[in-house]
Amino acid sequence: MTQHHDTDALLGGYRGLDLTDEKGLLCGRMLADLGAEVIKVERPRGDPARNIGPFYQDVPHPERSLFWFAYNSNKKGITLNIETRDGRELLLRLVEKVDFFLESFPAGYLDDLGLGYNRLSQVNPRLVFTSISPFGRNGPYRDHKASDITLMAMGGYAYMTGEPHRPPLRISQDQAYLHGAAEAAVATLVALYHRAASGRGQHVDASVQASLITSTVNAIPFWETGRVVLRRSGHYRAGLTAANQRQLWECRDGYVIFYFAGGAFGARSNAALAEWLESEGLADDFVRSIDWASFDMAMATDEVEAHLERLVGSLFQRYTATELYEQSIRRGITLCPVSAPSGIMDNPQLRARGYWTKVRHDELGNSFDYPGPAVRYTGMLEGCRRAPLVGEHNREVYQGELGLSNEQMVVLKQGGAI
Amino acid sequence: MQQEPFAEVKVLDFSWGLAGPLTTKYLADYGATVVRVESPTRPGGLRVSPPFKDGVAGVDRAAYYAFFNANKYSLSLDMNHPRARDVTGKLVAWADVVVEAYSPGTMARWGLDYESLKAIKPDIIMLSTSSQGQDGPHASFSAFGIPLAGLAGFAHFTGWPDGTCLPLPSAYSDFIAPRFAAAALIAALDKRRRTGEGRYIDCSQLEAGIHFLAPAMLDCSFNGRDGGRLGNASPYACPHGVFRCKGEDRWCAIAVFNDDQWQALCRLCNPGWAQDPRFSTLLARKRNEADLNRLLEEWTLQLSAEEVMSRMQAEGIPAGVVQDARDLRSDPQFAERGYFWELDHPVLGRFPHLGQPCTLSETPARGRMPAPCLGQHTEYVCTQMLGMSDDEFLELYQAGVFGQ
Repeated sequence: MTQHHDTDALLGGYRGLDLTDEKGLLCGRMLADLGAEVIKVERPRGDPARNIGPFYQDVPHPERSLFWFAYNSNKKGITLNIETRDGRELLLRLVEKVDFFLESFPAGYLDDLGLGYNRLSQVNPRLVFTSISPFGRNGPYRDHKASDITLMAMGGYAYMTGEPHRPPLRISQDQAYLHGAAEAAVATLVALYHRAASGRGQHVDASVQASLITSTVNAIPFWETGRVVLRRSGHYRAGLTAANQRQLWECRDGYVIFYFAGGAFGARSNAALAEWLESEGLADDFVRSIDWASFDMAMATDEVEAHLERLVGSLFQRYTATELYEQSIRRGITLCPVSAPSGIMDNPQLRARGYWTKVRHDELGNSFDYPGPAVRYTGMLEGCRRAPLVGEHNREVYQGELGLSNEQMVVLKQGGAI
Repeated sequence: MQQEPFAEVKVLDFSWGLAGPLTTKYLADYGATVVRVESPTRPGGLRVSPPFKDGVAGVDRAAYYAFFNANKYSLSLDMNHPRARDVTGKLVAWADVVVEAYSPGTMARWGLDYESLKAIKPDIIMLSTSSQGQDGPHASFSAFGIPLAGLAGFAHFTGWPDGTCLPLPSAYSDFIAPRFAAAALIAALDKRRRTGEGRYIDCSQLEAGIHFLAPAMLDCSFNGRDGGRLGNASPYACPHGVFRCKGEDRWCAIAVFNDDQWQALCRLCNPGWAQDPRFSTLLARKRNEADLNRLLEEWTLQLSAEEVMSRMQAEGIPAGVVQDARDLRSDPQFAERGYFWELDHPVLGRFPHLGQPCTLSETPARGRMPAPCLGQHTEYVCTQMLGMSDDEFLELYQAGVFGQ
């Protein structure tokens, strides 16, 4: 097992407290992966995020939540009830010893407990205090109730996702909070970087809604320049080309995604596909008449698109998704299969790069493959430590760090503080 | 106003497309000097993709590029010109950070791989961002972001249970990877300040993107399950979906997670539902979800999406308008937070540039400069930042290094 707050690590020497729920867990995970010591602070019976499925072997249990495992690896874990006086005292003592503090409570909750930014920054002026909330801490929607689907809606992505004749759609796996938490991780690092020069921490206020806007790509530019609203377009593609271009194609055993890219970028891939059509006996005089080096698919008409779609569709029907992908890599065609998780786990590129990381779960009697490093760098920490058990590091933190005695630990336990 | 966090940081940005420029956007918006090196003959995809001002194509008319590239300088450079190295050598010596997004091996051909950069600037930090990483059998396969969102699993999890999987409307992993890449980059800058050492960073969009499906990936590795698309349903909330409202293509998302929210929804829409055994518990509602969705939509159809949202919110029920681009531009929350920077672009005129989704209390990101026109700062960068003499610049200019 690797030592995860090695001082050689990029963020070696930095420490933080993570009081977030599902809205912010990825933020602390990203900082922990870069080598910071991140202590997840849970309420005494365990964090509510432990109730989020799926569960190992479908047995709902706080120590079997795969959601919890996914976004708390490499963190330590302590329990603390900050709604008790003793709990608040302990938290303030910990705040003195850390560099950053991550939270995603409803607006005002921590202030009411006397643990808001103003108070904590008095206790530790160097503290970077990061709040992750659906809409941010100011503005007319600051107190709006939210969930993944309402944020995917308010952030503009749902409107563009789905089929034209059916309702807007969310991605079936929760996404919105991950965008917000990841933005918060970057901004926390900006504030830490600044602190080295200024000597002072600050408040980082992340808005999940705002974090979704980059994903809407050119929707706002289209509105701004021509008052065009890009709509969802199902199997086709909206906004980049004159004609509606098919993106999703059925093949022998599933689906692949491919489109004729426009301009110089598409020329090579499109020419390679034309050559493949020829070798399969599917090219006709129209295909042969096109000079792919100069032909800009972005400007193609619906008739051209429909003609090509017929030919390409019959080519793709002849092969499986894996065969199409292998051919496309060899031929330089910008096509990818629609992979399910099992296909991703078999992906030869990820295998060759040693992406999957074995993580030991002694309590479950086994090791499991986890997604590996999101980025690699020279001197990167290898390996990954499973998410903490409920209160796993209480002794280390409260006794080792704060110097509490065995007797005090018993009192705090019975008093419901830890 | 305090000094900006990255006021002293100089970034040489060879990247193009979305993932690279979105990574350097963090540095630019928080004060770094970011110079984009752009090809005059093969400009990046965002410069040649619609929408354009007045519908007329042109590298400086591309609103797509402008939206994402505030606060950066643009230097035009023909990398294949024999004397391009005269300029790149000076740029590397000037830079703290080099970012690139070419297919693996390209930078090495130009003598700009990490080892070569280190020879010029020993503590340089270099980030390569690519579809699938710098090594491995598929490293040089350049897939665009939309197919890549299929490879990374997102399309598998998008769609209706009675339909096909669906492609995503944008190059989804292009927006995920920059957060991981920027976090590593800033952490590396921080480390360099403490140790004087640089780093090489390799970001694969595929590998970063998978982290946004981590629970589903663990469901596969722990439970052997592939999961699938659920439309707008949630396994543990009901009602949960997008409901049609009054008007053309207007919708509101509503999500009810607990009894309090359910009781509040009944009070608001139809007190009779609270007594209806079909809907009294979450399990019952999940069994009769289609009926409930139909009834709720009869109610939402009478109202505008905005009214549905505000009435639901008044009762403490999570609800949000399905906003389109027009809504986003007039969203009062974004206005209050100053999320779009209205800057005077030389060609587009007053144009909203995307800001930062986080607000820092002491050093907020600012829109200092509109997105650059291609090569707008070539002379400025060469003479003011790199310290070339006018003669030196003119000579390179006449040799065609900058492409004119």
